[in-house]
Amino acid sequence: MEYIIIIISAVLVSNIVLAQFLGICPFLGVSGKVSTSLGMSAAVMFVMTLATIVTWVISTYILAPFSITFLRTISYILVIASLVQMVEIIMKKISPPLYQALGIYLPLITTNCAILGVALLTISKNFNLLEGIVYAIANAIGFGLAMMLFAGLREHMDLMEPPKGMRGVPIALVTAGILALAFMGFSGLVK
Amino acid sequence: MNQVKNFTKGFIKENPVFVLLLGLCPVLAVTSSAENGLGMGIATTFVLVSSNMVVSLFSKFIPSKVRIPSFIVIIASFVTIVELVMQAFAPALFEALGIFIPLIVVNCIVLGRAEGFASKNSFVSSLVDGLSIGLGFTMALFILGSVREMLGAGSILNYKFITGDGILVFILSPGAFIALGYLIALSNRVKKSLYKS
Repeated sequence: MEYIIIIISAVLVSNIVLAQFLGICPFLGVSGKVSTSLGMSAAVMFVMTLATIVTWVISTYILAPFSITFLRTISYILVIASLVQMVEIIMKKISPPLYQALGIYLPLITTNCAILGVALLTISKNFNLLEGIVYAIANAIGFGLAMMLFAGLREHMDLMEPPKGMRGVPIALVTAGILALAFMGFSGLVK
Repeated sequence: MNQVKNFTKGFIKENPVFVLLLGLCPVLAVTSSAENGLGMGIATTFVLVSSNMVVSLFSKFIPSKVRIPSFIVIIASFVTIVELVMQAFAPALFEALGIFIPLIVVNCIVLGRAEGFASKNSFVSSLVDGLSIGLGFTMALFILGSVREMLGAGSILNYKFITGDGILVFILSPGAFIALGYLIALSNRVKKSLYKS
């Protein structure tokens, strides 16, 4: 039950992109097509889950016992950056097709604030490891859902003619705002 | 390099938010009031100026293969300083900004300036560049924060000028997207009339 609440609240109620504003750069940058946003979401899910596990272990077994939690920001970002690099190398060696599909998105993920954000939120919410993993996967699903919906909308937007000044990013942002408004309908679903 | 031109570019011509569209996560998240926007802008400016200075001094000694990780460590150190100082002297602001203070580390503006400008330019130019981009970012956050606060709560810097509530949606998350969309459209218009090409 507890896990279901974590999933619903992360995917729908406080959606990582539309309510918490994490990962806006890929949300606006690679959401031109449904297929590319699917690839990006898969890569994010993979890295987000791994990063949350690793940073949780570091935080619980290294930073907290030695009371050096002020090093959290530095250690997390280094771990995430090297993790992404490592995943890239391993994937290239073991599964070239997967690398072909996800590889181009991996370097972009290091500076995706959603990854570091979820790692930090997991600690600040005092989740245990299993809850943290569920939380990370749920957030990645939420990210994917928002990306796919937005990409679908943007594909249709190519066909219409907004006023001259609103073309490009402004109309995309207003669309995202309306999407966020729709997601606000879920608030109150989980207390 | 012309330092005056270098300083003024961050406000309109190369404004990180309205023109370059970088670092939008904190822009959208913390601008529910003008005060929060200003606080976030100043924190980011400090990190930007400091990391630009250090990167420009050390870029000759850092091997180019490990330059990105080294830049990230430099930036993360300054972010930690900001985090600790803010926690001690402005706890209310620290609470309001939440995880977006540590997330300055992954703000593309900071790394972008370190890699794209400071690593190739002199100490003084990098300092001016950091100040220019940082203040441009602060200005954008302050404008967006003011617009959202005025429409959403009917107040500016906590000074209330209407009775009753404003249009609540502008304080909430959808309003951030919508207000920023219209502001970018407006800034495109301003830029077009200032820099006719």
